[in-house]
Amino acid sequence: MSNKEEPRIGVYVCHCGVNIAGVVDVKEVAEYAKKLKNVVLAKDYKYMCSEPGQNLIKEDIKEHNLNRIVVAACSPRMHEPTFRAAAEEAGLNPFLVEMANIREHDSWVHMSDPKAATEKAKELVRMTVARARLLEPQEKPKVKVKKSALVVGGGVAGIQAALDLADMGFKVYLVEKEPTIGGVMARLDKTFPTMDCAACILTPKMVDVARHKNIELITYAEVKEVDGYIGNFRVKIEKKPRYVREDKCTGCGLCSEACPIEVPNEFDLGLGVRKAIYVPFPQAVPLVYTIDRDHCVGCGMCAAVCGPEAIDYDQEPEIIEIEVGTIIVATGFKIFDARKVEEYGYGRHANVINALEFERLINASGPTGGKLLRPSDGREPKRIAFIQCVGSRDEKFNKYCSRVCCMYAIKNARLYKEKHPEAEVYIFYMDIRAFGKGYEEFYKRAQDEYGIKFIRGKPAEIKEDPETKNLIVRVENTFLGKTIELEFDLVVLSVGLEPSEDSDKIAKLFKLSRSADGFFLEAHPKLKPVDTHTEGVFLAGCCQGPKDIPDSVAQGSAAAARAAIPMSKGEVEVEPIVAYVNEELCIGCRLCERTCDFGAVTIENRKAKVNPALCKGCGACAGACPTGAMQVRHFKDEQIFAMIEALFNEKKELKEEYVKAEEKR
Amino acid sequence: MAFEPKIVAFLCNWCSYAGADLAGVSRIQYPPNIRPIRIMCTGRMDPVYILKAFAEGADGVLVAGCHPGDCHYVTGNYKAERRVKVMMEILEDLGIERERLMLRWISASEGERFAQTVKEFVERIKKLGPNPLKIKKNE
Repeated sequence: MSNKEEPRIGVYVCHCGVNIAGVVDVKEVAEYAKKLKNVVLAKDYKYMCSEPGQNLIKEDIKEHNLNRIVVAACSPRMHEPTFRAAAEEAGLNPFLVEMANIREHDSWVHMSDPKAATEKAKELVRMTVARARLLEPQEKPKVKVKKSALVVGGGVAGIQAALDLADMGFKVYLVEKEPTIGGVMARLDKTFPTMDCAACILTPKMVDVARHKNIELITYAEVKEVDGYIGNFRVKIEKKPRYVREDKCTGCGLCSEACPIEVPNEFDLGLGVRKAIYVPFPQAVPLVYTIDRDHCVGCGMCAAVCGPEAIDYDQEPEIIEIEVGTIIVATGFKIFDARKVEEYGYGRHANVINALEFERLINASGPTGGKLLRPSDGREPKRIAFIQCVGSRDEKFNKYCSRVCCMYAIKNARLYKEKHPEAEVYIFYMDIRAFGKGYEEFYKRAQDEYGIKFIRGKPAEIKEDPETKNLIVRVENTFLGKTIELEFDLVVLSVGLEPSEDSDKIAKLFKLSRSADGFFLEAHPKLKPVDTHTEGVFLAGCCQGPKDIPDSVAQGSAAAARAAIPMSKGEVEVEPIVAYVNEELCIGCRLCERTCDFGAVTIENRKAKVNPALCKGCGACAGACPTGAMQVRHFKDEQIFAMIEALFNEKKELKEEYVKAEEKR
Repeated sequence: MAFEPKIVAFLCNWCSYAGADLAGVSRIQYPPNIRPIRIMCTGRMDPVYILKAFAEGADGVLVAGCHPGDCHYVTGNYKAERRVKVMMEILEDLGIERERLMLRWISASEGERFAQTVKEFVERIKKLGPNPLKIKKNE
């Protein structure tokens, strides 16, 4: 189709069931559309996105020779791809389709004012028709997709994603910032609802990662720079110096035995100790030691005992540059800092601990060999309280539910009761959320068979007995409407999950949006739960929101499957929305060159020139151009002006016969 | 009839347009006075768009983009901010109150903030009355 051809526009007004038609008079909008210049036909239909709805458009394109389509329906962020594809199937360039958003921006937000909503819908259609007239066909350039992926984060979600992609035959770079993969799951004791030991089910997977010929494991490293776009990302990774050569260390541990320095082990949340040369835990992958230079005194004992001569005090940070087709972000979470809830005394009362500390203390490979000893005197507690929703479902901290705390608290309560049937275990809760497969049954058994006492009420305060260091929990039992005080040897706070500390940095690196709670935002909550708005970048695990192990693993696999699509195809179409120059108008002022953040604009022979491969289509150059020489495809000045003019000059938009009729009236 | 302002809103595709979508999905109600125009980035906004909107008869212009540091294209929102500030001066010279132009950062997850911004802006414009250029034109 040539640009000179007279526009023949078809307008389709969607009812979206009652979502639009319940507020907006869709028939009136369609009737109104018929009055607009160049509109050949206008129709309303129950569901435009359905197959019959799409067929309606396709048939009309052929039968009525339509060369522009306007769909007044939901947000283009929802169904623009649908209608573009339909047009393409009927032989029309997909960029000649435009949507008017009369659902999200109209019927759903003006529910009590149908008249105004209908007027707004008419105006939005008028503006969209004006823009549609000036649309131009665009060709989507195809780019090759590298058959390699970057997975950021070596927790269970990242591990699953890496293994799945590697099994499909793609090259995978798995980057982990800690010296070992395993994430938070590696610190847990047993897992609900099946009581598998976390290490027993996780460590074989970790070993698989290390052994897989398609996985290159890059630990103790962070992504520093990401460049490029889907199919061709260029990534810079900084590997921190371990001061131990990975290619030489055998993991024998002689160095650690020889090391005279003991420091608190972060892996045990400081409850246990490690040496200055250490592995975080015995099953670490890779099993390579790391020197903590903040504490190392440089005595040389480790180097003296190291047979393979792996110690290298002069190691420098190393920059690794890779090219990948897709990226999976699986950067996890951090636990809520319970010190913020001052009335619970965490950090002041020795025997108030958080749930992750509890996991380490009952873990056979933890600092106490699996024997739960309370911090103040090393005694085994006889009365334990678990307090739910610490930092979650709380207006003061996080409004959301962290989804795992009910189940892990019940699991931990059961574990302790199994070892100490005589112990008294209480759980203080607001609501128990046992929603997963087998979870409700797990909860029921905790009540019926284990005799764990569930008290509905959120404790107001925890006081410490200065003599015994016991804790007095004051709480209103909301079922009895009575305030009670109970004494415990140990209180465990069920802390919620929060976005990881690095999430700001990671969001910027990968251009991710965040939800209101700070977790990374998926492209669609239901239909694209692991995609992001950045093409070729996917999410897995708790970086997207709190979730348990089964869900994290499922998301890891899902992200791998999604990332595999462009890599299997080998090429993808990219948006043709890029800047271009009208040389006749260009005065060579260089404003565009200075404005561009991507180095896409250069000046040659005193005229601006755009490199479409580098251009991201933001249009900052066009916004800066003083002469209108710089334009962006599909977002040209004239296309935007047309919308503004159409909004304020109804008469100019109407076919002549209707203008006369209006004037007569 | 009471004065119902007409406001043109330039919304960036990645944050504020999505924020407006979220207001819809969450059914957060706001006054029906805005007419959104989607652009990929607020950095695309040629200052002339603002003049054009006022010249055609807009009673107010809202420009909304990603929060500082969150721009999908690195720094487009900062460019918009600078342009809006300059435009406010120019508008004053033209006899249009600077309050008729509003710049807000609204992320994709801030449906509530989007609705609140529209409410606030519509209130403000109602107090200011119709676009003075429009009044002159009609006289």
